[in-house]
Amino acid sequence: MNTHANPSKLIKGATGDWEVVIGMEIHAQVTSRSKLFSGASTTFGEEPNANVSLVDAAMPGMLPVINEECVAQAVRTGLGLEAKINLRSVFDRKNYFYPDLPQGYQISQYKSPIVGEGVVLVDVSPTEQIEVGIERLHLEQDAGKSLHDQSATDSFVDLNRSGVALMEIVSKPDMRSSDEARAYVSKLRTILRYIGSCDGNMEQGSLRADVNVSVRRPGGPLGTRCEIKNVNSIRFIGQAIEVEARRQIAILEDGGKIDQETRLFDPGRGETRSMRSKEEAHDYRYFPDPDLLPLEFDQGYVDRLAAELPELPDAKKARFIKDYGLPPYDAGVLVADKETADYFEAAVQHGDARRDAKLVANWITGDVAAFANSIGLSVAQTHIKPAQVAGIVDLISDGTISGKIAKDLLAIIVGEEKDGDPRAIVEARGMKQVTDAGAIAGAVDAIIAANPDKVAQAQAKPSMLGWFVGQVMKETGGKANPQAVNELLKAKLGI
Amino acid sequence: MTELTDLSLADARRALLNKEVSAVDLAKAQIAAIEQARALNAFIKETPEVALAMAADSDARIARGEAGPLEGVPLGIKDLYCTAGVQTTAASHILEGFTPAYESTVSANLWRDGAVMLGKLNLDEFAMGSSNETSYFGPVISPWRRVGSDAALVPGGSSGGSAAAVAARLCFGATATDTGGSIRQPAAFTGTVGIKPTYGRCSRWGIVAFASSLDQAGPIARTVRDAAILLRSMAGHDPKDTTSVDLPVPDYEAAVGRSIKGMKIGIPKEYRLDGMPAEIESLWSQGVEWLKAAGATIVDISLPHTRYALPAYYIVAPAEASSNLARYDGVRFGLRVPGKDIADMYESTRAAGFGKEVRRRILIGTYVLSAGYYDAYYVRAQKIRTLIKGDFESAFAAGVDAILTPATPSAAFGVGEKGSADPVEMYLNDIFTVTVNMAGLPGIAVPAGTSSEGLPLGLQLIGRAFDEETLFAAAEVIEQSAPKVSLPARWWA
Amino acid sequence: MSVDQATVRRIAHLARIKVNEDDVPHLQGELNAILAFVEELASVNVEGVEPMTSAMPVPMKKRADIVTDGDMADAIVANAPAVEDHFFVVPKVVE
Ligand SMILES: [Mg+2]
Ligand SMILES: [Zn+2]
Repeated sequence: MNTHANPSKLIKGATGDWEVVIGMEIHAQVTSRSKLFSGASTTFGEEPNANVSLVDAAMPGMLPVINEECVAQAVRTGLGLEAKINLRSVFDRKNYFYPDLPQGYQISQYKSPIVGEGVVLVDVSPTEQIEVGIERLHLEQDAGKSLHDQSATDSFVDLNRSGVALMEIVSKPDMRSSDEARAYVSKLRTILRYIGSCDGNMEQGSLRADVNVSVRRPGGPLGTRCEIKNVNSIRFIGQAIEVEARRQIAILEDGGKIDQETRLFDPGRGETRSMRSKEEAHDYRYFPDPDLLPLEFDQGYVDRLAAELPELPDAKKARFIKDYGLPPYDAGVLVADKETADYFEAAVQHGDARRDAKLVANWITGDVAAFANSIGLSVAQTHIKPAQVAGIVDLISDGTISGKIAKDLLAIIVGEEKDGDPRAIVEARGMKQVTDAGAIAGAVDAIIAANPDKVAQAQAKPSMLGWFVGQVMKETGGKANPQAVNELLKAKLGI
Repeated sequence: MTELTDLSLADARRALLNKEVSAVDLAKAQIAAIEQARALNAFIKETPEVALAMAADSDARIARGEAGPLEGVPLGIKDLYCTAGVQTTAASHILEGFTPAYESTVSANLWRDGAVMLGKLNLDEFAMGSSNETSYFGPVISPWRRVGSDAALVPGGSSGGSAAAVAARLCFGATATDTGGSIRQPAAFTGTVGIKPTYGRCSRWGIVAFASSLDQAGPIARTVRDAAILLRSMAGHDPKDTTSVDLPVPDYEAAVGRSIKGMKIGIPKEYRLDGMPAEIESLWSQGVEWLKAAGATIVDISLPHTRYALPAYYIVAPAEASSNLARYDGVRFGLRVPGKDIADMYESTRAAGFGKEVRRRILIGTYVLSAGYYDAYYVRAQKIRTLIKGDFESAFAAGVDAILTPATPSAAFGVGEKGSADPVEMYLNDIFTVTVNMAGLPGIAVPAGTSSEGLPLGLQLIGRAFDEETLFAAAEVIEQSAPKVSLPARWWA
Repeated sequence: MSVDQATVRRIAHLARIKVNEDDVPHLQGELNAILAFVEELASVNVEGVEPMTSAMPVPMKKRADIVTDGDMADAIVANAPAVEDHFFVVPKVVE
């Protein structure tokens, strides 16, 4: 754990530096067809109370029966977090009254969760990686939804979400800046998506973060924390931490003290506010749910799930570095999205050829990603095929086109020739670069002859060479091989 | 000639199959008996139309030769079992008017086997009570009276409606539930047979929950054989209840009449309480003699944690109940008392909807689970359960096949006589039965004699987990050995 | 252990059961009678004893992940005291 405060992460206050300490509880909706303890569908956006069984509505005499897939998803996720899988765990009841909690209790795991301690490696920047400890992961039920804006006097309750499986993933307080917190959530989401245990869709509420924030003097004892509930985007997580840390620092520097409480982030106002300040302390009266036996499985079950697990981002990144010689940063960017990583590999290996992986990565994370971004898609969702990227890279590598022409080529593929084969397009449109020394020499000679003053300048100041290169390229319609132009110019100008 | 309603279930079934009587006629006879017995208040809801329709279907199946094991047999259903399209109240104001869209697994099993529903039987509210006086719909009055007295007596509880209805010949058998003695104690008070099977033997799905880790469904009937017939239909694994156990259901009736020669019957010394009435003591000794005479070996055993069972029960059961009854909040079903805000609505609804005893148990259960008390009360009580179970396991490991005890510490008492000043006085009724629930074991109460006042007294047999057959075999010995006692004349009709 | 009147009020609120002020003293008495009755459990040696988690120690069966239920909003709200457009209606909840 970070025992020594990193000076670059500290927040400057009026009375000195402060360190922010962040831990997170992430509620991730388990990907499953039916609910954790009932056979009702988990589909989003149905008519009110359509996806509700008698169990979800807590009708008298109804009993929970656990969904085996939700258990498997929790174990897979635990494995992805390199965490301890508990072969025996227990479901507890968390008792409280709320209209969207039909049983009057939430079935959760309190004392004995299905997954224990683990760790997540988080790339905060191209040069900084941190470890965030996982405290635990447990399975629990989601609550229903109360709508408060339908009537002046009433709230409307819809139980469609009631009983949907959630994984609550609790981190250790290992993050020291909003950047680290954002990077942690991104990485966690990547892992969940690789495993397929949660779609990570924050807008639809499939991934919700409760962020615990406290501040302290660097290296000092932990401060009192506030929990910011249900922050629903990575950007807001960053903003919420920033404003909450500053709020706490202001109070402390004023000689005040922090009340441990639950707060809500208001993105519109850019502030956090107390949620239930007046409410009495909760007493959830946890006890083991007598309707459910302990959840037990053997190591063989865990091993089978482990064997079926897909390659996870850290392993994939290491492989990209080792097998393709990619720089760690490029590898990290590619593996952040599994489809992008697959796209990259398909492009590198297209047609059984092995092409310049770094060049492929550059194109994917550069021009192709920029295009995808501009239309709100991911790289793999665009119509541009890995084979087309491979074709472009091949054309550059074998000297058929220059990098600049390649950009024009991509524009054609984006535009008029969506399914076009890059090599065929280059042929048909005469985009091949000129490598013929004679043709280039002609253009070079003509430019030198027409610009004697510049020749003199260039001989005094070799950086003028670029001007000549530009002129030659213009003359040849951009098709001259820049390497050849360079060499010829140097020779003829004697620099 | 005996009336139709006086037949045993086994005899009625035979008469139906032999077409000596039609299911519709049998149902009509029971409906008439029920109408005449309203003074007992055994039913919360009579369903004569349902009964006649089901009976007509039974007659058709009998005619086609497709009779099920309970074809045409009219039964009463404890109003803790959800019945599709028929009001289910748990004898509570908070569920008054609640009509489930679903049928409990156990009652569905009975209908599958051809049984006919006469109606929903009264009980203590949410099955919390030992006298059937906590029902929102009024107390059930026992058909029994003390010799020379017409004072109203309790039938026991919580399955008091079931026991009274079966004893008074209002039905051939009834479903019941037992959380701390709620089948066996009313059976003992009314001279009927009641078995609480092993926890997990019957599905709890669709039965209003009181204390999930203790609740178990079972039958009350007039004979050991009748109880065996009913249990076979009621029992079985249910995928909708993961605490129900996936074991084949034996033919319990085949165990009735099986020899108990060579069986080892344990007599636990801890059940010999200080101040135990002499008539209970002698009933117990009498039972020992009968079993011995049938070839069983009697051994003294020790169940050292017995005395802690009832106190531990009064932690575990209310704790679970406080949570199980949280769903009665006025939002999705049942009573709602308007309030100035949501919390006020909850509090007013639950104050008005639950009776005194239920409120008391919810409060004690809430307290023992609350922060700072959980370990001292709940966890400790669950550890004591482990010790209680261990006592039984040691006895069974030493070769004991069944354990014989009294079923109750006394005969039935008068309405209003107990528990008004001190709730614990009422709780002591379950002192002999509650250990069985705490350990999850099967227990049967069988009539064995009468008190000095002419009231029925019962003995209890406790068996190994899932060995209900041994209990039926041994109970049959007691039933056959005990003097026949007849019900008082039908003062209620 | 025994409860005082403030505790009676606190647990009644936790349990969401309205208790009239007049009823507090005798409720306190009844609860204390029960607590006195269970008091003797404190003397039992439970060292090293596992609390019981299930009356019958059998493996918990699990369900396959298929949709077998739901699509019955009419039945779900059929017994509700207040309903609108298949929503349950409750007095406004202020957060
Ligand atoms: Mg939490
Ligand atoms: Zn949670």
